[in-house]
Amino acid sequence: MTVKQISVFLENKPNKLAEFTACLSGQGIDLRAISVAEASDFGIVRIIVDDVYNAVTVLRDANYICSVTEVLAVEIRDEAGALARIIGVLGENGINVEYMYAITTGKKNMAYMIIRVNDNAKAHDAFEKHGIRTVCHSELLK
Amino acid sequence: MERYYQPEIECASQEQIRAWQSERLVKQVQNVWENVPMYRKRMEEKGLTPADIQSVDDLRKLPFIDKDDLRDQYPYGLLARPLKDCVRIQSTSGTTGRRVVAFYTQHDLDLWEDCCARAIVAAGGTNEDVCHVCYGYGLFTGGPGLNGGSHKVGCLTLPMSSGNTERQIQFMTDLGSTILCCTPSYAAYLAESILERGVRDQIKLKAGIFGAEAWTEEMRHDIEEKLGIKAYDIYGLTEISGPGVSFECSEQTGMHVNEDHFIAEIINPKTGEVLPEGEKGELVFTSITKEAFPLIRYRTRDICVLSRKKCSCGRTHVKMSKPLGRSDDMLIVKGVNVFPSQIETVLMNQGYAANYQIIVDRVNNSDTIEVQVEMTPEMFSDSLGAVAKKEKELVSGLKAMLGIYANVKLVNPKSIARSEGKAVRVVDKRNLYK
Repeated sequence: MTVKQISVFLENKPNKLAEFTACLSGQGIDLRAISVAEASDFGIVRIIVDDVYNAVTVLRDANYICSVTEVLAVEIRDEAGALARIIGVLGENGINVEYMYAITTGKKNMAYMIIRVNDNAKAHDAFEKHGIRTVCHSELLK
Repeated sequence: MERYYQPEIECASQEQIRAWQSERLVKQVQNVWENVPMYRKRMEEKGLTPADIQSVDDLRKLPFIDKDDLRDQYPYGLLARPLKDCVRIQSTSGTTGRRVVAFYTQHDLDLWEDCCARAIVAAGGTNEDVCHVCYGYGLFTGGPGLNGGSHKVGCLTLPMSSGNTERQIQFMTDLGSTILCCTPSYAAYLAESILERGVRDQIKLKAGIFGAEAWTEEMRHDIEEKLGIKAYDIYGLTEISGPGVSFECSEQTGMHVNEDHFIAEIINPKTGEVLPEGEKGELVFTSITKEAFPLIRYRTRDICVLSRKKCSCGRTHVKMSKPLGRSDDMLIVKGVNVFPSQIETVLMNQGYAANYQIIVDRVNNSDTIEVQVEMTPEMFSDSLGAVAKKEKELVSGLKAMLGIYANVKLVNPKSIARSEGKAVRVVDKRNLYK
């Protein structure tokens, strides 16, 4: 089970992120999650939205370069050791984490970690074996 | 009191110069007709034989040649002497696909070094001077040319070559260099470094001979003030011989062309028509004394003006302005010839779109070049590392093609300004040609 994340190329200079967010807000697109990673002169903004197809269309029309990536969304309880357990499972199974970020949910004491790994299927199986729940796109939006 | 290296030549009457030119041109045309098939073919195509060239007035009948011809004839096609008579090659600072190799007999080297010696003496050089040459040595003509000229004048010659600023300044202070030969941008950098180290009072420089790239009057004043010297311009190109095709005198208002060796013409770059003195156009050279690699009506692509106004230095040879621009799109960056088409080739090879812009600037008197490339969906990926790696590959590809480092900047699609639907490929912020 994976969720669809949109990755967008942005130049690393003033106002570029502002233009990008204004573009989304102008089309009434609600962000569930956002993460910004930067290299020296460019960056990649990663977002999770409700309607992936609509958002990609809007972005391409506005001349943004973007791609859609399948990433894992893992349920995580708000308690000490929860993250260590999840990441530990990946480590034990030789799965590499490329990046991750957190988003909140409507549920009390619960969040999701969005994790990009080198092997989604292998990570999914490992989590299942350890009773760690991954969710699909529609569940994430609840 | 003005001094000359070869006063009887440098101050000869206009009539005498024309007589030399006519006599040498007639001989040179006969020479290439007999020894270089390309020239003979080109002349035959125009219905010409050597008999049609009786004086310098007939020069305009002859066809032009350009850099593409040199490339097509690489390496031996334009040789007018057997290889056993040649003793040296030099090559342009240019790059993959555009390299030009020039050949020299011992006689050619002697005359070339004479030209450089004239420039050094015009800058005040004598056998009492210590001539510090930090042009590159090797295939580049800068170092070898000034080195040879310095020997002829009898200066104590320091063949420093380029780079290693620390050592340059050490030798300059320890050995009392009095004449500095290098590119103007390196001279400006050296001046800064000397001031930073607080050793200005330990240097004995009195003059500099700076060429191989365009520079402005502001830059001249800056260098002159910082180093307490007179800064002279020198012009040349490997195809014709190297530095010393023309050089500045004490008047510093243009460069005297060594007309006993090179005939200069100004043409309309579009029509090829020869323009009268004082008009701006493309500079064309004919080398009338070269043995190994003579060029007839070679189009330099440099836009210049020629002037025969009487010069206060006493020299009578025609003066050319600093180049005022180019009639092609070549850029000179850090003394290296760069064509936008080369950059385009690298971009295409690596899968980028043809939407790019080249930004050339001068920061702290040193040239910088940045290539802005529009990102494409094919080149993009979710991984920062993968995109950064592609960016690095592009930097390496450009370095291999151009021979110099170019910064790469990936930009958003459609963000490169287009004027009238056509992209502006080059933005040169240096204002070298104002």
